[in-house]
Amino acid sequence: MLVKQVSAFIENKAGRLCEAADKIAEKGIDISALSLADSAEYGVLRMIVSDPEKTVKTLREDGVICKVTTVLAVAMDDTPGGFAGVLNTLTEAGIEIKYIYACISRISGKALMIFSVENPEIADELIANTAAGKVDPSEIYRI
Amino acid sequence: MAMLNPKEETLSREELTALQSERLVRQVKRMYEKVECFRNRMDEKGLKPEDIHGVEDLSKLPFSYKNDLRDYYPFGLFAVPMKDIKRIHASSGTTGKRIVVGYTDEDLKIWADCFARMLVAVGATDEDIVQVSYGYGLFTGGLGAHGGAERIGATVIPMSSGNTALQIQNMVDFGATILCCTPSYALYLGEEVERMGLKDQLKLKAGIFGAEPWSENMRLEIEKKLGIKAYDIYGLSEILGPGVGCECPAQKGMHIWEDHFIPEIIDPDTCEVLPAGETGELVLTTITKEGFPLIRYRTRDICRLEYETCECGRTHVRMRKPSGRSDDMLIIRGVNVFPSQIEEVLIEVGGENITPNYFITIDRVNNVDTFDLDVEMSEQFFHDDVKSIAAVEKQITEKLRSALGLGVKVHLVNPKTIARSEGKSKRVNDKRKI
Ligand SMILES: [Zn+2]
Repeated sequence: MLVKQVSAFIENKAGRLCEAADKIAEKGIDISALSLADSAEYGVLRMIVSDPEKTVKTLREDGVICKVTTVLAVAMDDTPGGFAGVLNTLTEAGIEIKYIYACISRISGKALMIFSVENPEIADELIANTAAGKVDPSEIYRI
Repeated sequence: MAMLNPKEETLSREELTALQSERLVRQVKRMYEKVECFRNRMDEKGLKPEDIHGVEDLSKLPFSYKNDLRDYYPFGLFAVPMKDIKRIHASSGTTGKRIVVGYTDEDLKIWADCFARMLVAVGATDEDIVQVSYGYGLFTGGLGAHGGAERIGATVIPMSSGNTALQIQNMVDFGATILCCTPSYALYLGEEVERMGLKDQLKLKAGIFGAEPWSENMRLEIEKKLGIKAYDIYGLSEILGPGVGCECPAQKGMHIWEDHFIPEIIDPDTCEVLPAGETGELVLTTITKEGFPLIRYRTRDICRLEYETCECGRTHVRMRKPSGRSDDMLIIRGVNVFPSQIEEVLIEVGGENITPNYFITIDRVNNVDTFDLDVEMSEQFFHDDVKSIAAVEKQITEKLRSALGLGVKVHLVNPKTIARSEGKSKRVNDKRKI
């Protein structure tokens, strides 16, 4: 399933990440997945949230540079080979994977993962018809 | 195209030269009698007013310098009795003695005309509402623009600088159509207008921006954010204030009003007058000013003059945007750096949508200059992965290296972390103790 991800530029200064998280929490926005990639001077915060538009608006009002991109949410079997199966499907189709991170799942036996790929639409078509493509939107957006 | 003084603004070169000659001869004679500093310099050169017959003798005359204003502080260079000086303006500079200038009634009238010529050139009429957001007071910006706007019978909003929220509220509520302020403040106002989503509610059509160096890219940025045409104005309080050089709709340089000022371009090192069209230091002579006239004043602005008649029909010479002021130029590891070059690179990388906000820190560590550049993060530079951001950072660094011939350490920082002063931008911190 294609989902909207909010990413934000976070300078590596004490408190910047906390500030951003606080602002989002204040608006009653639920974060179901989060990852932080960083260099020595700055980081990129990526989130799957219950309301991407509101999140972006909130962050921008606070002067945070952010953007919304489309990523792929995959519900793979929490068994050996589940992860490899999805990776193989994408790699065989020549789809470049930029990064992957985990999402909190409440469905037992399933692992929710977020994939950032070069061609999310094509990747979604490939995954949609497999077992890993059965993602419940409420799991992602916590509606 | 509309002109305030169609006759004066379109005089032929022969007519202009004749007028300038007549006025120069009169000015030299008057100043020789009234201004001690000028008389001494003439005497040193063995020159008498009778030796000056017209503009062809201009290059014989002695130069005048900013330091003269300090040496003869406060009123030593005035050419009329104090009772005829109707207004004083002064610099806010805190280093050394301040610069003080004085105007007679006639000087104020000429000043208003000079500024008003520009307002008319950019399409303003008595139906316009001019918001003056230059500082009022001793600084010439506020009252200079004010006088020009009154001259054409426009409605003036004498806002002065600062208080950004009120500035924007006035622009919206009063329907200001023309904005006059520094370009950096115009950009700041544009950013705030954008942030508040008020662009559609503005009635602004043109802006007249000067008093600090700005780049062509900054112009595009201001025009986009405020939805206006942005025009450049040149002036310095020693000569008049804003209105010495004014851009017209052709935007091919700023017309220097030659019926009041004679420009020359000199080689700043040899002090020789350069042929028309060459780049060098601008030297200005005031030929109508009564209260505080200056002969061959060294502006320290480096520019080029173009004498061809402009598309707008005006015959007065056009000065190209100064490529730098000597006090804006940085010398880093022996290399000359103009902040506007950095701005150009940032726009080249980020695209024309970007507002380049940057801060230069120079220091000297182990006898080597360090050059650090903080660049505010923007949507155009941002990507959802660190690798891509690092690539942008590298691209900026590489382009700066080729543009400046100098290595620079680029740091991407949070937006709005670089202070925007509500007047002239302060973009440099030179920590070197040389
Ligand atoms: Zn013109």
